Amino acid sequence: MSQNNSYWSANLRIVALCLAIWFVVSYLFGIILVEPLNSIQIGGYKLGFWFAQQGSIYVFIALIFYYAKRMGKLDKEHDVHEDDD
Amino acid sequence: MTLQTTTYLIVGFTFAIYIGIAIWARASTTKDFYVAGGSVHPVANGMATAADWMSAASFISMAGLIAFMGYGGSVFLMGWTGGYVLLAMLLAPYLRKFGKFTVPEFIGERYYSKGARIVAVICLIVASVTYVIGQMKGIGVAFSRFLEVPYDIGLMIGMGIVFIYAVMGGMKGITYTQIAQYCVLILAYTIPAIFISLNLTGNPIPQLGLGSTMSGTEVYLLDRLDQVLRDLGFLEYTTNVRLSLTNMFMYTLSLMIGTAGLPHVIIRFFTVPKVKDARSSAGWALVFIAILYTTAPSVAAMARLNLIETIQPTGGEHMVYDERPDWVRNWEATGLLAFEDKNGDGRISYSADPETNEAVKIDRDIMVLANPEIAGLPNWVIALVAAGGLAAALSTAAGLLLAISSAISHDLLKGVFKPDVTEQQELLASRIAMAGAILLAGYLGFNPPDFAAGTVALAFGLAASSIFPALMLGIFYKRMNKEGAIAGMLAGLGVTLLYVFQHKGIMFIASTSYMGDMPQNWFMGIEPNAFGAVGAMFNFAVALIVSKLTAAPPEHIQHLVEDIRVPSGAGAATGH
Repeated sequence: MSQNNSYWSANLRIVALCLAIWFVVSYLFGIILVEPLNSIQIGGYKLGFWFAQQGSIYVFIALIFYYAKRMGKLDKEHDVHEDDD
Repeated sequence: MTLQTTTYLIVGFTFAIYIGIAIWARASTTKDFYVAGGSVHPVANGMATAADWMSAASFISMAGLIAFMGYGGSVFLMGWTGGYVLLAMLLAPYLRKFGKFTVPEFIGERYYSKGARIVAVICLIVASVTYVIGQMKGIGVAFSRFLEVPYDIGLMIGMGIVFIYAVMGGMKGITYTQIAQYCVLILAYTIPAIFISLNLTGNPIPQLGLGSTMSGTEVYLLDRLDQVLRDLGFLEYTTNVRLSLTNMFMYTLSLMIGTAGLPHVIIRFFTVPKVKDARSSAGWALVFIAILYTTAPSVAAMARLNLIETIQPTGGEHMVYDERPDWVRNWEATGLLAFEDKNGDGRISYSADPETNEAVKIDRDIMVLANPEIAGLPNWVIALVAAGGLAAALSTAAGLLLAISSAISHDLLKGVFKPDVTEQQELLASRIAMAGAILLAGYLGFNPPDFAAGTVALAFGLAASSIFPALMLGIFYKRMNKEGAIAGMLAGLGVTLLYVFQHKGIMFIASTSYMGDMPQNWFMGIEPNAFGAVGAMFNFAVALIVSKLTAAPPEHIQHLVEDIRVPSGAGAATGH
């Protein structure tokens, strides 16, 4: 059971990191800090506007694949992965 | 070939594919019917999830809303995609490990209570039925607009198609049909967007076109749009905040939590073979969704600019009403677009001032549908958009109907009333429940209640304030017991309903609204549609307090929670 406990707390740390980034790109950059970030221009996009309508979505995708990959590795390290692969 | 003939050909061809798939993918066991045999590849499941999720609202309405809300429309873009991060990390892998057929089944077992299961079934049915009304209406409208058949006949054709593949194939038929529907809808959405981006900016990728300069000038497209809107007296496109940043924050959060708590989306992750697949499949789903969701802001901004340029071209004369383009005449005939030459000069002016504005009605929903016509694209593109709108509405309707019918046949019939039912009887019952759900949805499509538009907010509010917290606490908090979970669900639901009803009217009858739908009466300036997140917080708080005051859950439940937290030992999904 202690084996599973360390697996679970490692999982919680990974989720916490991912959700922190999730919060930063959408709520912080896309909403709370949108006005100051809008003074930075990337091509025709104001940066805050870009995070709200484009950037946050790209980061969400990257986060899920990072999480899936990292958890696949963690499952193996703790020997709790599913059979036959 | 006329537009009419082309549309019939393209729509007819897509329908033939859907029916062909239905015959090929018949369900022979309850496992096929509920979870497609638990054997769908994660990428295929991602594509089916994307079609399931993207409804007539995403396809037709969202870009139109953003076109008129500008930056404020970001709440839909972030809210309806960010929920997948929550789903992938907080729910999908654990529910897949649990390995059963429905969401109420998890709640019933985790909280060792038939009462909890019934509360979950009620939340699921209310959320799904309110959601399905909009889809049925979308199907009827798309048929009557593009195929020029009466609304009722269009709705019946749509019901017939869903009936064939959903009753025969259950989740198996629905999944493979949704993959085909995704391909149709994404082509229909991106092809016009690429043409329009190319026309305006010379860049064929709409996501880059939106950040580019206008063709032949040094002016950025978004700067031009801000400029023309300012000149007409509107707020700037890129900085137009929806009510307040606090409201936008809560709105986005409500949509994210609601997305992660919608049962018809969650059950899609029961169809993949492994826990590992449930994680990556959420990522694939979001990739396929993001293709549309990152294109939508470009469609929105470009459609708004094209519309303004049609009415009053920069540096040119205002549109002469008698020489208006054909697409304007076509849409005027539907009543969704209306001009009124108030000063009698024969020309149309567009402005933010209601006194002088002569573009008196521009319905948000016409922006995506009229876009190819405004840009002068060929007939086959316009026909494809019709097929895409129908694919979006049909795929979402089918997913919702499956969630409803499995809640009835599996959770109510087998789970509560008649546990000794045989597999063959249950399969028959699930087909009858599906047929019944289609008839109910059709009835509501023929007689849409006045409150249909407002109820989508309720669907998200219910999912966010009742279902999501119960699922998340069930996985992440071992000590959560049945008293806490039930009290939490009822509290979250109660607070959300109270807030929506007090501002929108009891059961959405406006005259019974006892607080008035006015911003000054809103709690912290949060609009009713954005209240699901507050309901969810209430749910969490009440659940935690009540569970502290009552007995811990039995030992075998604590073992169950430990078991779903690790992937190993996951069998295929079963209902036994």
